[in-house]
Amino acid sequence: MIRFTVNGAERTADPVGPESLLTTLRDRLGLYGSKDACEQGECGSCSVLLDGELVCSCLVMTADTDGSAVVTVEGIADGDTLHRVQQAMAEGGAVQCGFCTPGIVVAAAHLFEAHPDPSEEDLREALAGNICRCTGYGAIVRALGALSERAE
Amino acid sequence: METARPTHLDAALDALDADPDATILAGGTDLMVSVNYHALRPASVVGIRRVVELQEWEGRFIGAGVTYTRMEHGPIPALAQAARTVGSSQIRNAGTLGGNLGTASPAGDALPVLAALDAKIVLRSKGGERTLRWDEFITGPKRNALQPGELIVGARLPESIPPRQAFAKLGIRNAMVIAITSCCLFREEDGTTTIALGSVGPTPIRAHRAEEMISGEADPSPAAIAEFGRLVAQEVSPIDDHRSTAAYRRHASGVLARRLLERVLTR
Repeated sequence: MIRFTVNGAERTADPVGPESLLTTLRDRLGLYGSKDACEQGECGSCSVLLDGELVCSCLVMTADTDGSAVVTVEGIADGDTLHRVQQAMAEGGAVQCGFCTPGIVVAAAHLFEAHPDPSEEDLREALAGNICRCTGYGAIVRALGALSERAE
Repeated sequence: METARPTHLDAALDALDADPDATILAGGTDLMVSVNYHALRPASVVGIRRVVELQEWEGRFIGAGVTYTRMEHGPIPALAQAARTVGSSQIRNAGTLGGNLGTASPAGDALPVLAALDAKIVLRSKGGERTLRWDEFITGPKRNALQPGELIVGARLPESIPPRQAFAKLGIRNAMVIAITSCCLFREEDGTTTIALGSVGPTPIRAHRAEEMISGEADPSPAAIAEFGRLVAQEVSPIDDHRSTAAYRRHASGVLARRLLERVLTR
């Protein structure tokens, strides 16, 4: 049995063998925000924070997470109040099919926490591991760029 | 599945001594792909990402648990450049130097840096410690000299590292690519030059004839620089695969070698 915190709440999970944190989040804890696409760390749609670091949850073995703190896309908003990254993406039309959106929200929220004034190049590099197969990068970068302190 | 989560090296080595066939898990960026694609079903795992001794970066010793993110912000520019080319920030936050050595892929991005510096790989088991030069440790494509019960503790670099250094990697985009070819070059003020390349042989390789030629040129002429690139292209032994052709890899290796030499000469 694994004990960890997920979005600030104490949780336990009983992973089957070496299953990934992504599988545990979705299939055992009912947190479907983290998306399951490539399962090889290529697409970023399962991005979460593990002990404050941005990682692909598909590449984390749940059995190795005992005692860790996990934040998923469900933990990014403050209750019903959207995170400013979510607000900006909604207002900026930075969502097409939406499949990559949770991973981009987690990665972008994490970026702005450490670097409040990213340039467009910084944003593109920080999101390089998050693939949008609608190719909607322009709207995403414009929406998020407007949040940068450089934009004010 | 048995899982050990040691926080200290002694405990990790005890766990491996008790269960030498246990699967060693560091950042998971290679291992979990095998798990997810049903190529690997470990019976027992020793997770080493909490082992504090493996996080150490003391002068010229880099612990096996140091992530690419730390290398990217570390004091060795060529290693920082190599680390920045790895995957994405998600991958760089998880993947480690020890994992790059453990996987021993010909395309391991940090490996040409270790090869060009003749790094020593430090291995430890409950029975003791041994140190192998990088080319004694990496024995073939995805093969290394690690024995059951042993752990990669880190890499020891030479005391003196020339400030003239550069790394470059060729792929179809800047992020999330496995190298078509990669190249790392160091040059001392007396001209002594080392160059190593990845993805163009069964292991990372050194271009010794090219090194010898250019090391004798105190102030290389354009002709000498061109000859250096030509020799490097001759010395690599690439293959055709789904990422590139052998012919293109050979050509690109020579171009990268020439460019890196020009880059370190003009700084």
